[in-house]
Amino acid sequence: MATPLDLVGRSGPGPREAAQWSAGQVLLTDLRAIRGRAYPRWRGLFREKSWVFFEILLPFLGTSAFVFVYRALQAPIEYVGFVVLGGAMTAFWLNVIWMMANQLYWEKTQGNLELYFAAPMHFMSILFGMAVGGIVLSSSRAVVVITVASLLYGVRFAVEEWATLATVFFLTLTALYGLGMVLASLFLVWGREAWHMGQLLTEPVYFVSGLNFPVARLGFLGALSVALIPLATGLDAMRQLAFAGADFPIGTLSPLVEVGILVVMSLASILAARWMLVAMERRARRDGRLTVRWR
Amino acid sequence: MTEPPLRAIEVRGLRRVYRVKPPVVALDGIDLDVAPGELFGLLGPNGAGKTTLIKILTTLLLPSAGTARVFGFDVERETKQIRRIMNMVAGGEQSGYGILVVHEQLWMFSQFYGLSNRDGRRRVDELIEAVGLEKQRDQRVSTLSTGERQKMNLARGLLNDPWILFLDEPTLGLDVSAARSMRELILAWKAAVPGRTVLLTTHYMAEADQLCERIAIVDHGRILAIGTPAELKRLVQRESIFRMELDRLEGGALALARLPGVVSASAASAADDAADRQVVVMNLVLEADSVLGDVVGALAVRGSHIIGLRKSEPTLEDVFVELVGRGFEEADEQDGSDPGGPIDGRTSSDAARPSHQVGEPTGDGVA
Repeated sequence: MATPLDLVGRSGPGPREAAQWSAGQVLLTDLRAIRGRAYPRWRGLFREKSWVFFEILLPFLGTSAFVFVYRALQAPIEYVGFVVLGGAMTAFWLNVIWMMANQLYWEKTQGNLELYFAAPMHFMSILFGMAVGGIVLSSSRAVVVITVASLLYGVRFAVEEWATLATVFFLTLTALYGLGMVLASLFLVWGREAWHMGQLLTEPVYFVSGLNFPVARLGFLGALSVALIPLATGLDAMRQLAFAGADFPIGTLSPLVEVGILVVMSLASILAARWMLVAMERRARRDGRLTVRWR
Repeated sequence: MTEPPLRAIEVRGLRRVYRVKPPVVALDGIDLDVAPGELFGLLGPNGAGKTTLIKILTTLLLPSAGTARVFGFDVERETKQIRRIMNMVAGGEQSGYGILVVHEQLWMFSQFYGLSNRDGRRRVDELIEAVGLEKQRDQRVSTLSTGERQKMNLARGLLNDPWILFLDEPTLGLDVSAARSMRELILAWKAAVPGRTVLLTTHYMAEADQLCERIAIVDHGRILAIGTPAELKRLVQRESIFRMELDRLEGGALALARLPGVVSASAASAADDAADRQVVVMNLVLEADSVLGDVVGALAVRGSHIIGLRKSEPTLEDVFVELVGRGFEEADEQDGSDPGGPIDGRTSSDAARPSHQVGEPTGDGVA
């Protein structure tokens, strides 16, 4: 073993002084922690090629099935575009439910959770890092799905308001990942049940979000979905903006109203996540749920 | 009025009860002081409460009653301050992400501790060299051996240059060589800067004996004794015990047993295979080491030549047996606890033994 003396013998202030951080140090640490936690997902994008099969090819087959159904029914050509858009957004929802909400339980079993809590950054940084990494990861998948499906099935987008579309997309992801943070905090306490909860949530959210059809077709349920589920609101608005020339009504509410809903959802979910995280951490520390081993 | 000296760890009446059915008392009113710069060991069988104490001190678990402070910061209310100056490493730790390679994983953790990108990379390279993982630097974490993994974990624990390092069974599952490397590194790291403090839990007696300046023997959530290894051994060593090899013994051991200060003396013939001869092996129990001179004199008068002499030291195992009333392995078996498992379902009702406090906290102080 090499001698460690010359490298770990840093001098500095005593422990009492070293524990006092400026606001700048706190902020920088939180930002660096976001970068650190996003990093494994970024690396995974290039290192684990199996996602191409599991997260693009397989979901793409599901999307294709709906495309063929709509074609067989001679539905308006826009419906193919709706499905492709929904297929792309599926990547984000799956990412949120499995790699955000359920992630903390996995982190706990790995022993990461206790290290995160014992580290000096705010735990929200970890959630933000997971979200940023997840968005990067899922965006690449979404882009591939949209590109390939558009070429294969001849989807023609008719976008008149690019800025609004980009805003809606950004807000949808913010609200969606904010929801993921809330669920992650909840699942931290639920522990193993979170896994089942994730499975329970997956399909119903597919349905009420209208991933494969315009949610307006659900009538009251569709309107309720738009009011409560970020994915449904975002998709509804994005479809209206991406297929502006359609000669039939697509959306539930106007895109601008939906932008407002998404803003409220984003803020509410992030604030709720922060509040819940503090509450859940306190409860988890009290109940001994941050770690697996009790001795 | 002078301020009381700053303690690295100050624990008063600490109690932790897990609310399960039936409730488990993991810690039952612990008092403990660890001085800055000390390498302090918690020695006890599985389920003794060692890890629970570490989890409270590392702010991961709230106490049910009592107080605990780390460098003066309260574990309940001043968690941020504690987290900025401490780190922890557990034996068998599987933290991180298998998809990353060693230097990436360490860099990731450096970000959580607030190091800049540049400082983080430099520090990672330094520590990789220090723990001897240069060859594994670009190897995926998921492919590391247990020993390599633990070296990496230790490097992670040193990334933020903590003032206090909590080590929970750091050599668990390591082979002899890897465990020795780990111990050497811990000692060297601590020695490099005055004030660096280590709290180590182990149920390896020899490890505690070799590493720790002071040790607390813990069982059933209570501290049974605290002191330096030598002080603890003295708790059970009331006499001096010697093993002596002689070429012959005229008059037998009985004559020696009559000498003042000799508690007992027994002798038996044994074969010295190396020298192809018979020797006499004598076990002497003396009231004090000073009596040995009289015994040697008496042997010389009888024409006996001393071939070998060894003083028998009690081990920490002997101390544990004396205090707990059962051996370490026996304690593990009785408790039926599993180091990786859940709660071991015991209460401390049968552990109401008096505590032994031997000596004061030691340490080299904070600069």
